[in-house]
Amino acid sequence: MARTLAEKVWAAHVVRHAEGEPDLLYIDLHLVHEVTSPQAFDGLRVAGRGVRRPDLTLATEDHNVPTINIDQPIADPVSRAQVDALRANCAEFKVPLYPLGSIEQGIVHVVGPQLGLTQPGMTVVCGDSHTSTHGAFGALAFGIGTSEVEHVLATQTLPLKPFKTMAITVDGELPLGVSAKDITLAIIAKIGTGGGQGYVLEYRGSAIRGLSMEGRMTLCNMSIEAGARAGMVAPDETTFAYVQGREHAPTGAAWDEAVTYWRTLPSDADAVFDAEVHLDATTLSPYVTWGTNPGQGLPLSGSVPSPANASDEVERTATERALDYMGLVPGTLLREIQIDTVFIGSCTNGRIEDLRAVAEVLRGRQVADSVRMLIVPGSVRVKLQAEDEGLDTVFIDAGADWREAGCSMCLAMNPDKLAPGERSASTSNRNFEGRQGPGGRTHLVSPAVAAATAVAGTLAAPADLPALS
Amino acid sequence: MDAFTTHTGTAVPLQRSNVDTDQIIPAEYLKRITRTGFEDGLFASWRKDPDFVLNQPHHAGATILVAGPDFGTGSSREHAVWALQNYGFKVVISSRFADIFRGNSGKGGLLTAEVPQETVEKLWALIAADPATEVTVDLAAQQIRAGDLVADFAVDGYVRWRLMEGLDDIGITLQSGAAITAFEKQRPEFTPTTS
Repeated sequence: MARTLAEKVWAAHVVRHAEGEPDLLYIDLHLVHEVTSPQAFDGLRVAGRGVRRPDLTLATEDHNVPTINIDQPIADPVSRAQVDALRANCAEFKVPLYPLGSIEQGIVHVVGPQLGLTQPGMTVVCGDSHTSTHGAFGALAFGIGTSEVEHVLATQTLPLKPFKTMAITVDGELPLGVSAKDITLAIIAKIGTGGGQGYVLEYRGSAIRGLSMEGRMTLCNMSIEAGARAGMVAPDETTFAYVQGREHAPTGAAWDEAVTYWRTLPSDADAVFDAEVHLDATTLSPYVTWGTNPGQGLPLSGSVPSPANASDEVERTATERALDYMGLVPGTLLREIQIDTVFIGSCTNGRIEDLRAVAEVLRGRQVADSVRMLIVPGSVRVKLQAEDEGLDTVFIDAGADWREAGCSMCLAMNPDKLAPGERSASTSNRNFEGRQGPGGRTHLVSPAVAAATAVAGTLAAPADLPALS
Repeated sequence: MDAFTTHTGTAVPLQRSNVDTDQIIPAEYLKRITRTGFEDGLFASWRKDPDFVLNQPHHAGATILVAGPDFGTGSSREHAVWALQNYGFKVVISSRFADIFRGNSGKGGLLTAEVPQETVEKLWALIAADPATEVTVDLAAQQIRAGDLVADFAVDGYVRWRLMEGLDDIGITLQSGAAITAFEKQRPEFTPTTS
């Protein structure tokens, strides 16, 4: 029978199947960080259980860590206690850990792919909803809660009901200045924050094939913002080229064997999806969110919507609430919205290509006086690569703040926060109320739009900026 | 985990859609390393508003939350479930739940009862008319009863069985230990290890 990519990966990991029960699925890679794991390790201790496969588990410190003065103890005692708990747990249960200060430290979803640990056809989980990022490799990757973290630590498996499958086909050539971030914001605006619920999304079509691995990671990363636990892209030559040569990638005969297997993974031509969505890439333009969920987005050329135009009562009240929180007036051109802070970073857009896109805009320009700009690399390796390419000099010369690696202002668990009422253009993934600091207001954008906004002081695309002489 | 068969209590109407887990429990509360004491963080930002529904004295002691569609979207933080439970909630009723939140709830023993939006609105009306209205959520019959309202709700069959038996997932899985070991023996050798 014809099968989709997701169904093939699922079938290859079923340990136990019984009618009327969830399948027991084997997990190839379990990524761990300090926020969602302490209660799971505690649970193991209480039950007298161990970690079944520490060799398939990897921990890093990312959510809480400061992005300055990382050679000093973490100032916030509660954050420090949580990081210390991770270190003690990893030592006790023999789980490999890349702590703050390690050259391999960084955001868990940047670190995995970078080390070559994320490979096609694998099952990958982490106590973090943006685990969907790893689906870019044709892996089935999804976020789990702390009880499930404990379950995977103890058994290396998870009981799961099969997902439904949704094909999201994006065909055509992307216009200049339109990135993977714009594609995902357009998709979420189209299908809504609940549109993907219960589904694994498979991104297909010529525009997807044309994306780099980093672009595909950005796209899969935000699948959860459409309600889907996982998003996937079929592995191809782009995927293999990215994986080959990385620290944990197979070599020699094992590489050939792996690639032979990976080539069998793409969805069969006659496979049937439970749902299909189509997008014409040629009609896309830079997107920006105006509201308090990632589905409340529009092309940058648009204006703030009016609750009066909502299709139903639920949408009308949601729009009213969002505009009230965001301090926006219907009809205002999005390009006229003034921004106080620009944040570049996160597991969505904190990789080297994102930083290059930002540097391309900032080179020879200045961040507006009214704007503070924070640039936070996704990992220490990304930071070093950027510095190797001289991007840090571009950032610093433009007046931006160049920081150490971590999740930072994406979720404001460390000292990097918006003040109440402060407005950001952010390359992160969530514009929820208070996400970047209590009372903070977030507009989600691509790295290029974020950089142009930093220069203009208002929401802007690079094409809006005066040409450099 | 305590077994769940039926629960009767008063209910709070949360008339908002897309209640994400950042609202249920903001990130600043996630630094704790325990499973208890999260009640102070529940809807922390919204509770600063004296008019917020949870601050109304007539809803004190409520154990059932009746929310708008797409409840629990966003972050996978299970702290959202713990915060609701620590505060005293036993059941959340909504027309649509985010997948991860629903999964986490099932693990922790918080019942997510899915009903049509029409039923949510009837419940809101009943509670508005009398906040002391007793709502019964009967997991055995998969039925909600309140005033003259009798409505079925949807819940995953396997989760329902586990909740009713009060079973621990890990304990169930460990019974398949031999199957896990057999599976591990035939995994392709090219799959990576972290060590």
